[in-house]
Amino acid sequence: MPAIQSPVTEEVHPDVALVARAKEGDTAAFEQLVRQYERQIFRVAQHITQNREDAEDITQDAFLKAYEKLDQFQGNSKFSTWLVRIAVNESLMRLRKRKTSKTVSMDEDVQTEEGSIPRDFAEWRPNPEQQYNQAELADILRKTIQGLPPGFRTVFTLRDVENLSTEETAEALGLSVPAVKSRLLRARLQLRERLSRYFRQKQEGQPA
Amino acid sequence: MNCTDLLSHLSDYFDDQLTVELREEISEHTSGCQHCRVVLNTTHQTIEVYKGTEIYEVSPGLRERLHSAIMAKCFAKK
Ligand SMILES: [Zn+2]
Repeated sequence: MPAIQSPVTEEVHPDVALVARAKEGDTAAFEQLVRQYERQIFRVAQHITQNREDAEDITQDAFLKAYEKLDQFQGNSKFSTWLVRIAVNESLMRLRKRKTSKTVSMDEDVQTEEGSIPRDFAEWRPNPEQQYNQAELADILRKTIQGLPPGFRTVFTLRDVENLSTEETAEALGLSVPAVKSRLLRARLQLRERLSRYFRQKQEGQPA
Repeated sequence: MNCTDLLSHLSDYFDDQLTVELREEISEHTSGCQHCRVVLNTTHQTIEVYKGTEIYEVSPGLRERLHSAIMAKCFAKK
């Protein structure tokens, strides 16, 4: 006996139709997907590798891989998450090549608690945006995130910069949800601690 | 709730993953603990300042170059 199906009212993501068309050889549909995600993929690659030329190469390679493997994309996840996963893997491979001695891996848990225990308890006043202009702020934020271990800054980038959900981040990185959560907490706390150097309220009588 | 408990719930707090009871425990704790109040505020500011600042700007020129390179690479063989 056939099971009684409840009506499906779930909204279908617009990428689903584009991917289906691209699979059938519609190049305009694939180009549309490229336009939608090229900046995001580039940013993610640049965050992980910290190198613009690498990020450009990785972005090209990631889309090429996605194009070649389009038939393998089953639609169990969002197309964008699948794409980010490809870009993350390409980026990590690039990092590994660069530092031949050190292994760079996402699932290797960074044991150090250093910087994850709050030590600076000064409020940030006035707001960072009031203390620095956009260019200065971008510079401070870039330098600060570069100091984090790759596993931490990648989780932070996907969750807090690119706004992926915890589940999507886990999928893109091949990590469990609890592993993503623990890295995210430590990344946020370490960044907070390091940024306090710049943004903490200056005490009266102290040289600025 | 003590300071260590609060820290362990911090991420879930920002991601809105906590029960009403836990949120209340957190605000009760922070109303009496200056250190945790600062950590909560400044961690929130950390997330917000990263969300609000474009760290790696993609200029229109770079984007066009990148886009052409991607398309050339994908459709080179066909
Ligand atoms: Zn406390």
